[in-house]
Amino acid sequence: MTVVTIARLTIAEAVRRRIVLVLIALTLVSVALTTLGVERLVSLARADGTNDLQIQVGISQILILVAFMFSFVLAMTAAFLGAPAIAADLESGVAAAILVRPIRRAELVLGRWLGLVVVVVAYAVASGLLEIAGVGLVSGSAPPYPMLAVGYLAAQAIVLLTLAILLSTRVPAIASGAICVVLFGLAWMAGVFAGIGTFLQAGPLVSVAEASRWLLPTDGLWRGTIYGLEPPIIGAIVGGRVGPAASANPFFAAEPPPLPFVAWSAIWVALVLGLAVWSFSRRDL
Amino acid sequence: MVISTEFLAKQYGHVQAVADLSMRVGPGEVFGFLGPNGAGKTTAVKMLLGLTRPTGGHGTVLGAPIGDREARRKIGYLPELFRYQTWLTAREVLELHARLIGGASAISRSDIDQGLDEVGLGARTDDAVGTFSKGMQQRLGLAVALLGNPRLVVLDEPTSALDPSGRADVRALIGAVRDRGATVFLNSHLLSEVERVCDRIAIIDGGRVLASGALDELLGADALRLRATSLGAEARSELARFGRVTEAADGWLSIAGVPPDRQPDVVAFVVRRGGRVHAVDGGRRSLEDRYLELIRANQADESAAASDARGSTPAGEAP
Repeated sequence: MTVVTIARLTIAEAVRRRIVLVLIALTLVSVALTTLGVERLVSLARADGTNDLQIQVGISQILILVAFMFSFVLAMTAAFLGAPAIAADLESGVAAAILVRPIRRAELVLGRWLGLVVVVVAYAVASGLLEIAGVGLVSGSAPPYPMLAVGYLAAQAIVLLTLAILLSTRVPAIASGAICVVLFGLAWMAGVFAGIGTFLQAGPLVSVAEASRWLLPTDGLWRGTIYGLEPPIIGAIVGGRVGPAASANPFFAAEPPPLPFVAWSAIWVALVLGLAVWSFSRRDL
Repeated sequence: MVISTEFLAKQYGHVQAVADLSMRVGPGEVFGFLGPNGAGKTTAVKMLLGLTRPTGGHGTVLGAPIGDREARRKIGYLPELFRYQTWLTAREVLELHARLIGGASAISRSDIDQGLDEVGLGARTDDAVGTFSKGMQQRLGLAVALLGNPRLVVLDEPTSALDPSGRADVRALIGAVRDRGATVFLNSHLLSEVERVCDRIAIIDGGRVLASGALDELLGADALRLRATSLGAEARSELARFGRVTEAADGWLSIAGVPPDRQPDVVAFVVRRGGRVHAVDGGRRSLEDRYLELIRANQADESAAASDARGSTPAGEAP
């Protein structure tokens, strides 16, 4: 019950402080501009006599790049919403006033996490589906698994949000946010290295890059988003012609993330959240 | 006992913030907790509230071990440097705390309105906290601390941002809390405030209690202070038959234990023995005098102990 009270407070804060309003406005602008771009592209290509299959392939690639932009924006949002979640309350003294009440420290951390998960997931789902619908409307082509793509996008944001909250129990807000964004970038690069390493058959490089993918599962989940947006035809063409070299492309995924990896991502979130509770419970206010 | 601690201690690395804090506060008392900046007052308060973990000793608050969750349901707290959520209205801040208190102590909307009224925020209930002045935020903090009729109210510097009439309001509120049988633990620098509202006080420095007790005991009732010149050494020593005499550098003589009806006799004695009396102060010592005396003596002891420690280092060894 207390967790829900804190979660509601967190959501109310995001709404009142106009964070949600800004996110909605930015999403509408991004969706409008990208949809307009796709519409122009499709009209010009059709006028030029390009066949529909080629257009569909082109659109899917644009959608993946737009999703990459959204994934980056979402990662930043998750990092900068999560980073002050506990740290700012400690600095303002709000945490002391609240924790004197009969509530557990775990309830404050879990409530904060839950509230921000609702905000971030709602943002991911709304912006993702709106973009897919907009592009579908003007191009007539739809990705094979839109819900899967959006789900992985949201999962990636949850991972980063959880990390930001863990850091927030010990590190000032700005530092936590910066650390999360840098780690997100490094994890993505590690994924790229793993792909190129596979192509070049550089075993040790692949091992290190793969290990980092398990340490911070954002990049592995991003592959799930790509898979959800990619028409099967691309998998067939690229996989058939290019072979293992295809894995070097950070915007291509031949298959969805394996089930053990998805399960690990869920366990990872639970572990890091548990660590955040433990870290916050042990600190003096 | 509402608060009882035995040798409560907190060490941060090499710094001993609180050492051997032992005290008892009974029900219905207004207890003043005094000390200079950095004396360990806020750390002590945070330990009592379960916000900071003691590194030594133990204690109980409202009969439960310190930090107990159920006991916290009956504690109200006004933190020292604080800022409530600026984007909530005053009423929403109180509603949030009412939900967090939860349990059987259901707090109604009219309780909340009444609480805001009592601290003088009745006209601002639906305004955002971000628009409040410092003094109004402190009033809101008081309303939060008094919400749900707590049995123990801990106030950390409750009047630091208030004007004189605000301070008078707070004194009245503290009186009302005491009247309904609750205990007030008041952490304050404003000695005159403490002197006016507290039944008992503790003075701490360097994390230790230097003195504690009822105000009368601590200030020594019935002291007579007078400033006289032309009084011979023999006459001065004879003054001791009225009470213990201490002589300050500024020429004031202080004679302890002189009841009001004997004070004219002391003055008459001094005049009879040729002394010229310039001023007479028949009241007890002020809390400020007593406070400064204790703190200065403690700091002198500490520096003497520190130089002793240096002096006793065997030659040839690094200090």
